[in-house]
Amino acid sequence: MYVADSRASTPKTPAASAESAARPRAGRRVAAIAPTVLALGTVSLITDVSSEMVTAVLPLYLVTGLGLSPLGFGLLDGIYNGFSALVRLAGGHLADRGGGRHKWVAGAGYALSAACKPLLLVAQTLTPIGLVLAADRTGKGLRTAPRDALISLSSTPETRGRAFGVHRAMDTAGALLGPLAAFLILRATVDGYDAVFMVSFCVAVVGVLVLVLFVPGGPAARATRTAVTDGPVASAAPAAPRPTLRAALALLRRPELRGIALCALLLGLATVSDSFVFLLLQRRLGVPDRWFALLPVGTAAAFLLLAVPLGRLADRAGRWRVFLAGHGALLLAYALLLTSWHDTALPFAVLFLHGGFYAATDGVLMAAASDSVPEELRSSGLALVQTGQALARFVCSLAFGAAWTAWGDRTALTASAVALALCALFSMSLRPVRRTPSEGPA
Amino acid sequence: MTLRTRILVLVCALVVLAGVATASVLHASARAERRNQARPGGPRITAGTVSLTDSRRLVFRNMAWGPHRDELTSVPASDPSGPRTASQVKCLRFYAASGTGVCLQTVHGTVQDTYRAVILDATLHVRARYDVPGIPSRARVSPSGRYAAWTAFVGGDSYAGTNFSTRAAIVDTRTGKLTSSLEEYRVLKDGRTYHAADVNFWGVTFAGDDRTFYATMATHGTTHLVRGDLVTRTVTTLRTNVECPSLSPDGTRIAFKKRVKGLPKDAPWHLYVLDLRTGRETPLTEPRSVDDQVVWRDDHTLVYALPGDYGADLWTLPPDGTGKPRRVSTAAVSPAYVR
Repeated sequence: MYVADSRASTPKTPAASAESAARPRAGRRVAAIAPTVLALGTVSLITDVSSEMVTAVLPLYLVTGLGLSPLGFGLLDGIYNGFSALVRLAGGHLADRGGGRHKWVAGAGYALSAACKPLLLVAQTLTPIGLVLAADRTGKGLRTAPRDALISLSSTPETRGRAFGVHRAMDTAGALLGPLAAFLILRATVDGYDAVFMVSFCVAVVGVLVLVLFVPGGPAARATRTAVTDGPVASAAPAAPRPTLRAALALLRRPELRGIALCALLLGLATVSDSFVFLLLQRRLGVPDRWFALLPVGTAAAFLLLAVPLGRLADRAGRWRVFLAGHGALLLAYALLLTSWHDTALPFAVLFLHGGFYAATDGVLMAAASDSVPEELRSSGLALVQTGQALARFVCSLAFGAAWTAWGDRTALTASAVALALCALFSMSLRPVRRTPSEGPA
Repeated sequence: MTLRTRILVLVCALVVLAGVATASVLHASARAERRNQARPGGPRITAGTVSLTDSRRLVFRNMAWGPHRDELTSVPASDPSGPRTASQVKCLRFYAASGTGVCLQTVHGTVQDTYRAVILDATLHVRARYDVPGIPSRARVSPSGRYAAWTAFVGGDSYAGTNFSTRAAIVDTRTGKLTSSLEEYRVLKDGRTYHAADVNFWGVTFAGDDRTFYATMATHGTTHLVRGDLVTRTVTTLRTNVECPSLSPDGTRIAFKKRVKGLPKDAPWHLYVLDLRTGRETPLTEPRSVDDQVVWRDDHTLVYALPGDYGADLWTLPPDGTGKPRRVSTAAVSPAYVR
């Protein structure tokens, strides 16, 4: 990837390959963040500002702007989750085909989401609005795996945890800024939803432009591993699988990736969805109503603060260890929710642990999975792991809702905590990631 | 493309996009100016005193453009389209009975707008304030003026999230005791205590005994009419597919919106009246979908809001399935016949 970076910025410099050979060693010392990672982080930051602007005003727009009754609107979500998984796999696979299409598949995803923003102005009734939101999320599904593949391909294995940490921190910063921007616009106008959607569209276009202009594409965007071992030539090694659909599925025959996917899936089955965590916080710890809307901000703030330090820790102490420790933090959060001990600090502690859980698992899992997927299939491999995890979480939220109905919130949460502990123990014993790159090539 | 060219392209695009964004914000804020100008042909509105004990008046939220937009205004009950008296009190939703009013309003904060419910006395002075956790939807006061209830939409915090829930609160205005969510009540469904994480309540309506109320409870995709008891703090399910019930002054009938098969998903309701003695449902003659909690002017007349040119208009209809809907006032919502 260093090749790609230098080629993109100074295309005709012959020294590029020499630089690429020299940089990984420098990388181990100071390890500057790869420009591509910063560019992608910027794209995500800008895009999240754009999308969270819309998310923040959407309920208000539907109820007061359009006079729609939003109940029952969530029905679409369930059906859409399955489709979204397919889109994600397709995005991952498409990006791997035909050498270095990551940028363009991710770009298509970003562009699709951007195009949806002005469409919200035209859609005035429930069905078209549902379709626009579905298209928006299709764009998100499409871009996630190629983008993560680009991040992993443009950083050395030794610094991947940190690279993902930086990206996730920038992404979360955008998510925190978006609602603020939307609110300022609503304050300056009267029913300025059209202005919010229009500004959101302009911001999204900037995101797409930054991607197109500053993220390198083309076949050169895949050279990391080789840069670390013995130079770019190795990427042509005969063992490299061709990125066909069959090869993508055959990835699951690799014990390491299969192990990671299995653990992510199992742990996902015991990961209670955010909305339930916030609801439990409110019910069990008595968080007042007026703070309810701020609970996601608490989690996001902790995620933002911890993403980089925990990513660095993952590079040094081992990704799998940090990934599991993140689930330990989640387990601790469940335990705090189960205590009937009322203290004003407790909700903060739970939100901190919840944000820490994301910081220790979200990007770190991608960094860990990257090590066990050949770069030709990087995007497909990451998509497989992400999809397994997302589907498992969806199943968990259905099961958790049913368990809550049948046995009450306390029992449902206790059951999730036990399941999480068991899955974590199993993952610990399975230990799919044998060594971390920082421990040096074997 | 060299780095310099790329930066140049980005800067040019930024300039254009910033221009578009600024223009759209300016356009939307210019609307504020226009909305503060009264429209020719609109209702005549003057500032004055609005009382919640004058039984000859109808009080509602005025939606006509001009300086009194969104204020509580009163009109003669006999001539709802007549001249309006504006009170300077702004509400999103409103209801009143026996000299007690409940007004759900926006609180403009520095980083976020929040909502609150204020309890008003007969002269519209604030007696109490309560936080409302989401976008206000329904408001009611018991016929005696002792209890007030409101519903808010809560949620929508996940990515492009469309999961909403509702929260219905009841307050005893005499003691100040607040039940911030009806989910605290015990639910009796088919004779047994019922637990579910997805229980939602909305649209409370009170009986004259200051103990009984009716409301809608939704769980697992079905809406139920429930009868509540303020003393035992229980709700009992009565029948399905009843939303936003409104009890008649004589306590014998409930007007409600019913989800009718074959109607579009975003306009699925028709108005019905349920006779509580016989259990018989009568469809009303309003052909359009109504999303409102109906108000009984008296035992023979219903009033409800439908979308109109300036937000909403008020319409009236007999509760027995006869007659034709008639528009009684434009640019008005949340009516209350104060008595």
